[in-house]
Amino acid sequence: MQTLFLQGPSVTLRMFLLVVLSVVLMTLDHRLNHLQFVRSTLSNLLYPLQYTIDLPIRFYYWADETLSSHHALLLENRALKAQQLENRVQLQKLDILEKENERLRLLLSATPKTREKVLIAEIIGVDVDPYRQLFVINKGRLHGVRQNQPIIDAHGVMGQTLYVNAYSSTVMLITDASHALPVQVDRTGLRSVLFGTGKTDSLDLRHIPHNADIKTGDLLITSGLGGRFPPNYPVAVVTSVERVAGEAFARIMAAPLALLDQSREVLLVLTEAAESGDAGDNTSGETASDAQ
Amino acid sequence: MRSDLRIAIISLIAAFALAILPMPDWALKFRPDWVTLAMIYWAMALPSRIGVTSAFFAGLMLDVAHGAILGQHAVGLVIVVYIVLLQHQRLRVASLLQQALVVLALLLWKQLLVMWVNGIAGYPTGGWQVFLPSLVGAVLWPWVYIILRDLRRKFVYRKM
Repeated sequence: MQTLFLQGPSVTLRMFLLVVLSVVLMTLDHRLNHLQFVRSTLSNLLYPLQYTIDLPIRFYYWADETLSSHHALLLENRALKAQQLENRVQLQKLDILEKENERLRLLLSATPKTREKVLIAEIIGVDVDPYRQLFVINKGRLHGVRQNQPIIDAHGVMGQTLYVNAYSSTVMLITDASHALPVQVDRTGLRSVLFGTGKTDSLDLRHIPHNADIKTGDLLITSGLGGRFPPNYPVAVVTSVERVAGEAFARIMAAPLALLDQSREVLLVLTEAAESGDAGDNTSGETASDAQ
Repeated sequence: MRSDLRIAIISLIAAFALAILPMPDWALKFRPDWVTLAMIYWAMALPSRIGVTSAFFAGLMLDVAHGAILGQHAVGLVIVVYIVLLQHQRLRVASLLQQALVVLALLLWKQLLVMWVNGIAGYPTGGWQVFLPSLVGAVLWPWVYIILRDLRRKFVYRKM
């Protein structure tokens, strides 16, 4: 029945209740991170839409592969074979080194290095918040993805999973302004924390004193502290070191190695630590806690 | 299901699609809040059908789509739709320009709420350019209004 006037009080009451409910939801979600199932359920409704929007892009890649000429494929195949040969030679050396390393570690009775498993995922071409560095991938809980799982590409660390849904996950890049990653300088072993800036091409290395041995071009690798990221993955290269007199720490910027806005395929790293039940460690979506 | 409600739901799905459609980087900060625009129209056109509860659920979906805190867009949409519901009879008879001005105020208000929550939560709030989508949204309002009105007329009144 269409009434001319809406029932005023009931609308107002409902509005107030819903506003209060929203505030409760925000608090639960942000402070306690208890609403994963709500988000997951709602995102299942959204997934068909995301999938549909991604279809033309998927079709483009498919067409690109199918319609490329025989000659181009042949060339690519030859180049890949050469690359493969080169990689295999290097792997042989690495294999021997790894065995030796394991033996030496055993002699030192140090804990053996853990091996990581990987899972390949594709980025779904949908936009998320323009002011945050997030994207959506096409693997979710049903494929074995967990929260705060590291994501890498062929060149370096990309980020970690922020929200895991049944069929898809939202990934936070290392350049997100609320992301912090424990790293060390490859050359000297100096440890610090690498913060995102909100821009795709720059990262902020904080808490490095003025007299520390660090210079432009230094490679930063994950230190493995914090337990979320496996150690020794390349992350970024230092682009500028500025020592401003009067400030407690040096101003150091770095550029990520991973192709954050170009890769379509990414690797999810399944660390042993994450496997042995890290699910309870849901300290909000932020990684700032990694810093401690 | 009544056909006007069906049109409303289809247009909302289209609004969600526009909200997550990949766009070039320079265009990202101009993308208007399509879902809020559609909700404003439907709250005005079908106040007995589209109310604060539907606004709440649309807002939650928007939160999930944007990877935002759950409830962030919901609280904004609920308040915006509430204001529209209270004033829907006046808004309907206003000229498109006047409507666009009201829509601008509503969009700015919602953006402010979202920014406010971001600030409290410690996320980056962005600079003055976070208000660009509201401006673009208000400029596009006449077209949104005319397209949705014509759709509604075409598919709803035909059967009457």
